[in-house]
Parts: sequence; structure tokens; C-alpha cells
Amino acid sequence: MSNAQFEIQLIASLVAVACAIPGTFLVLRKMALISDAISHSILPGIVVGFFITQDLNSPLLILLAALTGIITVVLVEYIQKTGLVKEDTAIGLVFPAMFSIGVILIAKNANDIHLDIDAVLLGELAFAPFDRLTIGDTDVGPKSLWVVGSILLITITLLFLFFKELKVSTFDKGLAASLGFSPAIIHYGLMSVSSITTVGAFDAVGAILVVALMIAPAATAYLLTTNLKKMLALAISFGIFSAISGYWVAHWLDASIAGSITTVLGLVFLLVYLFAPSKGIIAVIYRQKQQRTEVSLLTFLLHLKNHDEIEERHVNHLNEHINWQKVRSKNVLDLAQKNNMIQIDNNIVSLTKKGDEFTSKAIDYIITNEDAQIEDMKDDFFLFRG
Amino acid sequence: MEFMDITEYIQLVFTDYTLRTITLGTAILGAVTGMLGSFAVLRKQSLLGDAISHAALPGIAIAFLITGAKDSNTLLLGALVSGLIGTFWIRGIVTKTHLKSDTALGLILSLFFGFGMLLLTFIQKQPNANQAGLDKYLFGQAATLVESDVWIMAIVTGVCLLVMLLFWKEFKILLFDEDYTKTLGFNTKFIDILITTFIVLAIVLGLQTVGVVLMSAMLLAPAAAARQWTNSLGVMVFLAAIFGALSGVFGTAISASQNNLSTGPVIVLVASVFVVVSFIFSPSRGILFKHIRFVQNRNDLQLHKTLAFMYHIAETHEDISHPHTIKILNNFRGYTRSSLKKLEDKGYIIIKGNMWSLTDHGFETASNLYNQQHRTDE
Repeated sequence: MSNAQFEIQLIASLVAVACAIPGTFLVLRKMALISDAISHSILPGIVVGFFITQDLNSPLLILLAALTGIITVVLVEYIQKTGLVKEDTAIGLVFPAMFSIGVILIAKNANDIHLDIDAVLLGELAFAPFDRLTIGDTDVGPKSLWVVGSILLITITLLFLFFKELKVSTFDKGLAASLGFSPAIIHYGLMSVSSITTVGAFDAVGAILVVALMIAPAATAYLLTTNLKKMLALAISFGIFSAISGYWVAHWLDASIAGSITTVLGLVFLLVYLFAPSKGIIAVIYRQKQQRTEVSLLTFLLHLKNHDEIEERHVNHLNEHINWQKVRSKNVLDLAQKNNMIQIDNNIVSLTKKGDEFTSKAIDYIITNEDAQIEDMKDDFFLFRG
Repeated sequence: MEFMDITEYIQLVFTDYTLRTITLGTAILGAVTGMLGSFAVLRKQSLLGDAISHAALPGIAIAFLITGAKDSNTLLLGALVSGLIGTFWIRGIVTKTHLKSDTALGLILSLFFGFGMLLLTFIQKQPNANQAGLDKYLFGQAATLVESDVWIMAIVTGVCLLVMLLFWKEFKILLFDEDYTKTLGFNTKFIDILITTFIVLAIVLGLQTVGVVLMSAMLLAPAAAARQWTNSLGVMVFLAAIFGALSGVFGTAISASQNNLSTGPVIVLVASVFVVVSFIFSPSRGILFKHIRFVQNRNDLQLHKTLAFMYHIAETHEDISHPHTIKILNNFRGYTRSSLKKLEDKGYIIIKGNMWSLTDHGFETASNLYNQQHRTDE
């Protein structure tokens, strides 16, 4: 692995971490799409900043562009406040307009600006190691490494300083306000950090992929845990993992690094989405199926308890009476029998003592609809969940 | 082509093949996206368009990889398939997990787009001369429209219009009360999928002209502008179509009259101008008239306050038209020279030099004012 390769991976990983931290809070605060809006709207800021500074890595340019991002947020909120359109429409109206201005500015000044539209969308991570920062005569590393590194340092410092405030205001705005944390300051603080991170990462990964780095690791982590600290740690590790393996995929395919980082992020998300232990799609579908069976079983037991007549309790009658298909009624019968809830003599079904008690408890729960009632039932009820 | 005057341009639109095709194409596109966008905006699915258009990118790349041809219909078919996959995945995420819709939209948008860019850069490195120009789908290139593209747009628009007329009642009721629709026995899932599919179709049609990145604005802006002028769905859809078509025509004209201006961003900016104008100048909802009404109400309230104050002074005298000096209004600072003038114009008071006195009419109005307030308090 050459030095340049190592530097690219280091920059990519730092960008991933710097994006994952604000991204986690954006996802939790249901503001994920704000990152989309910011990443598009900073384009005119970057172009204008470039006219002034003539250097894509200048701190002034980063501040100017970040300011555009914050202006976007304010504009979106202003439009939302007028009530003329619904919330997300405001976002959708502002950022394409800002982005169009940026694209037109670039196109009109193509001769003066070394900003390529492709670079805007994808960044130029592959070239990052060649733009070096020199102090005096010593080479201290790529410029973008310093830019992203300092942004990450600021983000981490702010995270440690205001972790408690962020946490409370994310999960309970009212409580945060009553404890004396200004929701506005935290909100705009988060927006500023997101904005600055987006601008810093923009150079490396481009406008749209910043969004992927912000949202995807956080969303993936959110499917695995509901603990904020764990979620942050998971999001950061997903980010780093995708950054490094994405680099090698790009190397292998000879394609865009940013594109392949996003693709790896997508694959990671897909895997977690499918296989996450309790929130993955397979687990959810399996659980829903089980719950359906449980409800069927309960319906069946209630029916038995309500009817003493032989003909109502005949196995064949159940199909017609509760309107179940053959397979389903057989499943329910087997399940009930396996749990010793019923016994079958000559195709006549009757409740066992255990089944009778269980059904009475269930009726109790259904009538009162209090959670306390189900507590001691749970063991019986879920025993066939395996 | 700079400094062309308008009549010359209009003549050119009718005579020049390319310009005519582009103008027609963007106009039709604007109309159909405006129409369907109205539904997206009202269903709070504004950003779905953004996600779909980005999600279409890998489809274009994969279609190219499979067929190796740059035929725009094949590529758009790929875009349609991948757009639909994106849409239904978003739905899956929102319904089956606890991730919220904004996260789902952002996820699909960025992940699909990133994957698409990976494929595009991969294709660009291939030793196949045919690949150049695939990136026109990023920002759109109206100049590449040919007559057959416009025909396809026109046909899709026609079909879309027909379906909309057929299912108008269902669309409308689903828009405003989904649960009620269900109880009436309509198949909401079917109607829902129908609307969504048409939205995806319209987006895909626009990719060649406006591009993946900015397509969502075509869907939203005309509809958001139209919403400001009316409360009726039919009028809104119609207006949105007009606004969309006009954005297309004007956008094409502006970008044709300048060098180095891609059509997509210009059309989007023109559509945004429509939005801004509608937001400000719409008579019933616009910011300007709302503000004017606000100021008027405030002034009215001030006048009423002054009048009520005068009434309370006049009440204590037997003769209500007994003149008082203006000075005694001083401890109530709500009056100005112009507000007194206004009261006089309305015939509530008479001003003579430094003195004012209530008229009978003014007294009555003021006492009713008080009563009315009393009544609404109860």
C-alpha cells in the first residue's frame, strides 16, 4: 500500500466519522433530509467563495459555504412558518433552486473556475493526496487531511461538551427547554456543525454522497440498537468500514471512490435491514406471522370456552365456523395441542385445565385492556415463540 | 445568439427544428410533472420525487451495461425499473422498520445515486466509445431531445390525463381522507400504486431534459405555486400544468439565448420564480396581502381602541357631543393625526380646532363595539 493510498483511506475514514456524528442526531431528530438540502445548497456558496479566495481548501471558503447552508436552513424554516406549503415541500423548493444557481455560476465561469460538475457530485478523493500543505519548506500532509481533521476535532469536542444537552433535546424537547437548554441554540448549533462538515467533506466525496455518509451509517446503526452511545459507536464503525472497503472496491473496479464507498454503505444497510435481530425485515415478518398465529390461537380458545355443544367443537366445524383455511386451522390445532391447551377425543376438541385457565386470563386481559394483566400471562403466552 | 429580440425568437421556435422540439418537449414535460406534482405535494410526498429521480440513475447505467446501446427508451426503461424499486423499498423501510420517512428517503436517494455514480464511472473507464454522454442524465441536456422523445412524452401525458380523468374521484378522495376511502370499499392500495407509478413515470421522462439532480423541483415547484392561487383540486392541477409548461418554454428560451447555460437548471430557476411570485402575490394566501391584511386589522383595532376611549369619556357627560380637547387623549397614546382624520372621515367624530366631539353615529358604533365584544366574550 503506497503512501498516497494510505492517505486517501485516512481522509475517507475521517470524513466518514465526521459525517456519522452529526448524521446520527439528524436521523434521530427526523431531520435527515436537511443534510440533503444543505449539501446541495452550499454549491453557490462554494463558487462565490472560490471567486474570493481562489483556493478550494481555504478556511474562509468553508465558512462562506457553511453560511449558505445555514441560510438554507433558515429559509426552509421561514417558508414552513408561513404555512403556505407543507414541511417537506419547503425543503424541496429551496435546494434545487440554490443548486441550479450554483450549476449556472460554474457553467458561466467555466474558464475561471477549476470546478467540474462531476467533481461537485463526486468529489476528487483520488487527487486529495496531491494537494499538499507545506509549512515553511516541510510537507505536513495533504491539505484536505488537515481540513477534515480539524472539522472532526471540533465536532468531537462539541460532542463531548454538549452530549447531555444534545441527548435530552433530541429525545424530549419539552424537558430540554424546561431544564434551561435553549432548543434554538442546540438546533442551530447542530445545523452549523452539519453545514461545516458537509462543506469540508464536499471536496472529498461530493454533494450527494455526503448525504449518504451522514444518513446511512446512522440509519443502519439505528436498526441495531436504541442506545445513543452504542448507536454513535456503531455508526462510526460502519462509516470507517465502508470508507476503507469502499476504497478497495474502487481500486479493483477502477471506478469512483466516493461511489463505491456509498455502494458499500448501501450493502451494509441492506444486510442489516434484512437480518437485524429484532428490527430487521425478516425478524419483523417472522414476528408478525407469529403474532397472527397467536391471535388465531386465542380466537380458537375463546370459541372453545364459549361453546359446550359437541357440534360446535368438532374439528371439521372449525373450518367453517371461524372461516379458516385447512392449513391454518391445522396449524392452530397442532400448536394448541403441543402446548397442552386442548385435547382431542374422536375429533371433538375440548379445553384442558391449563387451556381453560389461560383463556380466562386472556378474557380478563381483553376486557380490562390493562398492561398489568398480560404480565403474568406472558410466560404462558409466548412459550411457543421458541 | 445573444441579444436576440423576442419576435425573432418566437419565429425561430416555429421554424427551427431543434428549438421547436426542445420547446415542445420541455412544455409537455412541465405540464405533466406539474399535474402529477400536485398529487405529490398534497399527499406530503414532496421529496419522494427527489428520491425517485436519484434512484433512477443506477437503472440507466445497468440498462446501458446490459444492452450496450444508448437508445434513450431502453435507458429510461431501466430508470423506470430502478425508480420503482427505490420507491417500494422506501415504502418497505417506512412500514416495516422504525426508521422514519425522511431517513428512508435520504437513504435510498443517496445510496442509489452513489451506486449509479459507481457504475457510471465504471462505464466511463470501459474501452467502449459509445459510453460518452451518459452523464447528460445528471443535469439533463434538452438539446438531445428528438421528435420521437417528444412523441413519447405526449403519449404518456395523454395516458396520464386519461387515467386521471377516469379515476379523478378516487384520486381526490384518497388525497383528502384515506381512511374514509377505505371504508367506502375502494382499493386504496391500487389507487396509491397507480398515482405513484405515474409520478415515477413522469420523473423518468424528465431525466433526459432536466436531469436526475434537479428533477424533483419540476414536480414540486409548479404544484406549490399553483396551490397558492386556489383551494380546488381541479383548478390546482390545471394551474400547475400551465405553470410547468410555461417554466419549460421560458427556461428553454433563456438558456437558448445564452451560451453555456444548461436547460435544466434554468427551467428550475424559472419554476422557482413562479413559486416566489405566487408566495408573495397570491391574493388569498400570499405573504404580501396577508401582511397588508395584518396591518389593516391592526389599524382597525387601533381606531376601535381610540373610539372606545372617546366613548368612555363621552359617556360621563349628559350631552354626548360635548366637545373635549384632543389633549386629554394624550394619556392614551393610540391616536395619531391620521387616525383622528380617519375617524372623522367615517363620521364618528367632529374635530373643531383642538377640540373633538363624538357624533351620534360614533356613539352608537362605539357602544355596539363594546356590546359585540361583550357578546363574543360570553
